[in-house]
Amino acid sequence: MSELTDLTIAGALSGLDKGEFTSRELTQAYIAEVENGRALNAFTTETPDKALEMADAADAARRSGDAGPLNGIPLAIKDLFCTKGVLTTASSHILDGFKPPYESSVTANLWRDGAVMLGKVSLDEFAMGSSNETSFYGPVQNPWRTTDGKARVPGGSSGGSAAAVAARLAMGATGTDTGGSIRQPASFCGLAGIKPTYGRCSRWGIIAFASSLDQAGPITRNVEDAAIMLRSMAGYDPKDSTSINTPVPDYRKALTGDIRGLKIGIPQEYRMDGTPPDVLALWDRGIQWMKDAGAQIVDISLPHTKYALATYYIVAPAEASSNLARYDGVRYGLREQGGNLIEMYENTRGAGFGEEVQRRILIGTYVLSAGYYDAYYLKAQKVRTLIAQDFEQAFGRVDAILTPTAPCSAFSPGEKSDDPISMYLNDVFTVPASLAGIPGMSVPAGICGAGLPLGLQILGRPFEEETVLKVGHVIEQAAAFGARPRIWWKEAA
Amino acid sequence: MSVDTKTVARIAHLARLKVPEDRLDPLAGELNQLLAWVEQLGEVNTDNVPPLTSVVHARLPRRDDVVTDGDRQADVLANAPDAQNGFFAVPKVIE
Amino acid sequence: MSKLISGATGEWEVVIGLEVHAQVTSNSKLFSGAATEFGAEPNTQVSLVDAAMPGMLPVINAYCVEQAVRTGLALDAQINLYSIFDRKNYFYADLPQGYQISQYKQPVVGEGIITLDLKDGETKEVGIERLHLEQDAGKSMHDQHPTMTYVDLNRSGVALMEIVSKPDMRSSEEAGAYLKKLRTILRYIGTCDGNMEQGSMRADVNVSVRKPGGPLGTRCEIKNVNSVRFVQQAIEYEARRQIDVIEDGGKIVQETRLYDVAQGVTRSMRSKEEAHDYRYFPDPDLLPLELDPAWVDEIKAGLPELPDEKKNRLMRDFGLSVYDAGVMVSEPEIGVYFEEVAKGRDPKQASNWVTGSLFAALNAKGVSITESPVTAANLGKLIDLIADNTISGRIAKDVFEIMVETGGDPAAIVEEKGLKQITDTGFIEGIVDRIIAENPGQVAQYDGGANPKVIGWFVGQVMKQSQGKANPAQVNELLKKKLG
Ligand SMILES: [Mg+2]
Ligand SMILES: [Zn+2]
Repeated sequence: MSELTDLTIAGALSGLDKGEFTSRELTQAYIAEVENGRALNAFTTETPDKALEMADAADAARRSGDAGPLNGIPLAIKDLFCTKGVLTTASSHILDGFKPPYESSVTANLWRDGAVMLGKVSLDEFAMGSSNETSFYGPVQNPWRTTDGKARVPGGSSGGSAAAVAARLAMGATGTDTGGSIRQPASFCGLAGIKPTYGRCSRWGIIAFASSLDQAGPITRNVEDAAIMLRSMAGYDPKDSTSINTPVPDYRKALTGDIRGLKIGIPQEYRMDGTPPDVLALWDRGIQWMKDAGAQIVDISLPHTKYALATYYIVAPAEASSNLARYDGVRYGLREQGGNLIEMYENTRGAGFGEEVQRRILIGTYVLSAGYYDAYYLKAQKVRTLIAQDFEQAFGRVDAILTPTAPCSAFSPGEKSDDPISMYLNDVFTVPASLAGIPGMSVPAGICGAGLPLGLQILGRPFEEETVLKVGHVIEQAAAFGARPRIWWKEAA
Repeated sequence: MSVDTKTVARIAHLARLKVPEDRLDPLAGELNQLLAWVEQLGEVNTDNVPPLTSVVHARLPRRDDVVTDGDRQADVLANAPDAQNGFFAVPKVIE
Repeated sequence: MSKLISGATGEWEVVIGLEVHAQVTSNSKLFSGAATEFGAEPNTQVSLVDAAMPGMLPVINAYCVEQAVRTGLALDAQINLYSIFDRKNYFYADLPQGYQISQYKQPVVGEGIITLDLKDGETKEVGIERLHLEQDAGKSMHDQHPTMTYVDLNRSGVALMEIVSKPDMRSSEEAGAYLKKLRTILRYIGTCDGNMEQGSMRADVNVSVRKPGGPLGTRCEIKNVNSVRFVQQAIEYEARRQIDVIEDGGKIVQETRLYDVAQGVTRSMRSKEEAHDYRYFPDPDLLPLELDPAWVDEIKAGLPELPDEKKNRLMRDFGLSVYDAGVMVSEPEIGVYFEEVAKGRDPKQASNWVTGSLFAALNAKGVSITESPVTAANLGKLIDLIADNTISGRIAKDVFEIMVETGGDPAAIVEEKGLKQITDTGFIEGIVDRIIAENPGQVAQYDGGANPKVIGWFVGQVMKQSQGKANPAQVNELLKKKLG
């Protein structure tokens, strides 16, 4: 049944509709692949029994004519989404044993539409990272390796999601993106990944990293699948005060292939020194594809781009330092004993949080502390206004913006671990859109010299995911990205 | 602005993180590196620029004043490392 | 009235500002749908938001905002149409999020005014600095277990208004008057029940001393005092302590103190003092709170009559003294009671009955006016019985005593006990004639009016013989006529 795992979500839905196979068969095939793929270390928790139960329910719904838009589709869930009764860890030691008595709104939407949960997938601890090396449960492997067989990181923080989808351990996966955590791993693993507009998907039940930036989205094998999954994930949620009450379109309908007359902006500031020629060449190819499809290329300027990373690395840690204060050993998760309450807190948090999380809590605490707030946090939020204004002005002239997703292809494990700033620089193209809250998508568009996938990023106006998907779809068609990682993980198993 | 080990210790305590003595110095180095890097924001003229409060341009949603939750002591305490007699239990706080 | 305190080096002035935490009267919490009732089983009025479960988010209660705006309007304060919710970050066992959602730089209500009612009808204006909305914390119990503290989150997330005064008060009496007046206003508009024993109102008291006219001294904050009396005692102790420290050559350290009720002293809370750095920043889970001016106007139009307005009206329409009017408005229920009694009757009589016999009876029984056995309607009827000469004022006192015990209707009591006033002139004349005839000595003493006081003795005799039921006016008139 291995061909079942080669289907896209769209293909599987059509097969299920025609009765060619059942969701149980499809799910069983994926459960087998999940087991075969343990060498990737993508899953933190496998839920095969639950998956089969949900698959049977989906099959029954389909028989009675109640099939939802994702009926019977097996998915992997980033372990940052709270899932009722199922261990939810944020890949952190501090959430040891935590089983939420509630279901996140986004996953609840997926189950409402008939999707099947294969399990929870790993991430950088609390979504803080760009390589999936900071998970308490160990690094996740990228299914892709260099032509000469060298291991690569899957990107992060949704590295488990991307690895699982790329290795055919799941049809699609949920991700979250705070500064690029959907788009960069999608790019590193040859997948489509969209971060919708801030406010499009509910944050309720997603473990918070940086509240003003966090946004959920899908990671899938192609743009059409992303459109299908996003439609189910998105929607207004009265439980999230930053959720926006605007109807969710059928995103698939936007994939017309017709972008004639569309104005595509090319920001000059993204042509940064030191960007590898492969990446720049791919970008140029993307521009050519746009022209070939009848779009109009417009040179634009986003003058504050170079300050986006520094802004992000003040705002995100500041919010994180506060969001992570609740992990104190009192109500859930790890508790390390101490002689008094303060010692208990310090021991628990010292032992429960990994190095990168502690680093960000410290920097976040520092930039908010008395005497430094104005110089750091307030300043950063002012610069953030300017960055958002850059996009507003640009979108007065163009309908979408095309850039590379990341300044490189997937790097080696450990390559950037010793130097936080070089790790942070990986988010240089994704962070500005996060700060402005606009939608952004990465689409697989080429292969670098080392044999690894490279993505292009499409940015759009707030709530114009349809335009982003439409343009992404055209790139996907033009790029005809058919490459797949060589399957090495089954041998390793 | 330069962070010394004393500041790291103070910040760590403020954040309730137990940092071993021998980590203070390397951490001070890392924080200084980061702070030096973000110092570049000083180049940006932000006179008369309001700080961003939210990227969402909407009215703050409001709930009606009705009781819709509660009565779930078991759920609330289910994950607690130490729950006793319906309470969360923590090491004694001396006030 | 001098408010200065004398020390070894001369006179001192105490400067007081109050931060009052008032629990907003609402069904559910500020940011969650859990109930707010007092006294529930532990952790039963807790939502997953209040327990700060991962991924939980706040959604604001519209009514709590309305209550804050209503309070601001009642304090004649500026309503800020744009305000921000901030996070105040600190770790404590009963603060599950590790931060309190509060308002820091941009509160919902700005500057306002409270007029204090002082002794002898004197008034004084005290400035309000601000009012903001914030979450209450949970409750820690330290006495339930030998080595553990127990935490109950039922209060966690309950809406509070923090009302901050300007440092305008100069004596413990003024601070007491401020608290009482604030409580009265909150109760009038129904935004806080003002119940200090249940913790619905708590005060942080800022105290400093200075030489009159001199620069402000260093202040100490006495945290969480929960009765008017304790606030006053704490101020008096603290002012004296600060004067003594300074006069002994010491310096006041700015610090947080607590009032030890048992010892009657304030004490430094050094344990809580360490490294206060709240790292306020706007809560990214919430958007700015923007108010529609028309909505604010609507709330303003719907405000009930406020105590000061009512007081003026009672003085104007009913001719009450400043003091009596002040008493009538001190609690909304008293005002309502009084107005029902006074309506269509002699207001002075009504006021005398309420502040005299009624208050004495309520005091003796230890009940509030809402639990009064004598209803306003019945007290009104009693006054009517005096006015239409059915009973005399003296008999009315007896009837009132019966009403207090039985809660009965005065007319029925008068009927049943046969207390009706006798107005039959012939009957009264008979008694008068008899007494005059039997007491020639007193008649001589009266001496045809040369010694008018003696008439009182005759009145007494007539009343006694009629068992108090003879109409005193008629008795007087007849006696004067007959004694010449
Ligand atoms: Mg205070
Ligand atoms: Zn407060």
